[in-house]
Amino acid sequence: MHWYWFDRFTEFESGRAATAIKNVSLAEDHLHDYFPGYPVMPNSLILEGMAQVAGTLVGEVNEFEERVVLAKVSNVRFHALAQPGDTLTYKATIDSLGPDGAFIVGTSHLGDQLQAECEFCLAFLDDRNETRELFKPDDFLRMLRVFRLFEVGRNADGSPLRIPERLLRAEHASNSQAVMDRAVNRDDKF
Amino acid sequence: MPASKEEVFKKVQTALIDALGVDEDDVTPEATLVGDLGAESIDFLDIVFRLEKAFNIEIPRAELFPEDILTNPQYVQDGKVTANGLTELKRRMPFADLTKFESNPAVQEFGNLLSVSDMCRYVESKLK
Repeated sequence: MHWYWFDRFTEFESGRAATAIKNVSLAEDHLHDYFPGYPVMPNSLILEGMAQVAGTLVGEVNEFEERVVLAKVSNVRFHALAQPGDTLTYKATIDSLGPDGAFIVGTSHLGDQLQAECEFCLAFLDDRNETRELFKPDDFLRMLRVFRLFEVGRNADGSPLRIPERLLRAEHASNSQAVMDRAVNRDDKF
Repeated sequence: MPASKEEVFKKVQTALIDALGVDEDDVTPEATLVGDLGAESIDFLDIVFRLEKAFNIEIPRAELFPEDILTNPQYVQDGKVTANGLTELKRRMPFADLTKFESNPAVQEFGNLLSVSDMCRYVESKLK
C-alpha cells in the first residue's frame, strides 16, 4: 500500500514554499466510510497530504539528509468538504526553520475557496541513538520523481532543483542490482 | 525601546495560548508549562518557534532546556541533580526560579519546573 496523499507538486521553491494538488476520486475507498451515500474526502487525510507536502519542503532544504517527522499540528480549521471530482490545492510555506525543526503554515484550497488551514511543527529526529533512515534512498527518489519534484522544483535563485548525488547513487546501485538479478534469473532458467 | 514587562507577558501568553490551546485565564505568571498548562515535550519546539517570531529573537534549545546537564553523570546521581549540577543549572538558567526544584531535584521533576514568569524573564534577558 502506498501512503501518498497528494498527487504531484505544481510549484516548489526550495526553502520557502511548495504547492501541490490532490485530485479526489470516487474510486478511493476511504471516501465512502464517513457518511454512507455522501462521499467526502476525510479531513484527516487532507491534513496528512498537507503534512507530506510540508515534510518534503523541509526535507529538501538539507537535500533530504535530515530525518523529518511531523511533530505537531495546531490551529486546524476546515471550512468546506472535499468531494469526488474536486481538486485540492495544498500550499506549505516555511515560517521558521531552525536546527531542531521547522514551523510551517499550511493551506488547502478548492479553486479560490479556502478549504482548510493549519500550522505544522516538523522536527528533525535526533540521531544520537538511531541512525536508521526512514526511507530507502532509491525508493525515496522514486517517490520524489512520481511527485514531479524535479520537474517543477526551483532554487531560490530560479535555477532548477538538482537531484541530490546521494539519492542518484542509491538509485544507480539499485538499478544495477536489478539488472544483475534479472541476468541471474535468466541464466537459471536456461 | 525595550518591551515592557506587560508587553512581554502578553506576547508570551499569546504564544502559549496558540501552542497549547489553553485559555487566556489559565496562562497566569505562576502557571507551570508542563504541570498546569499540559505542555508536552514536542510543544516546546512549537513554543520556541512562536517566541522567536513574536520577539524576533533566537532561542538556542540548550538555553531553555539544558538536557546536557540532566544527562551528564557528573551532575546527576541516582536520578537526582547533584549540588554541582544545581550550581550549573543556576548559572545556565538565571531566569528560572529553582527554589522548588532544589527541595526535590529529581531529573523527572525538571520538566515541571518552568513557569510562565520564568519564560517571561528568559525573553526579557534576550531583549536586553
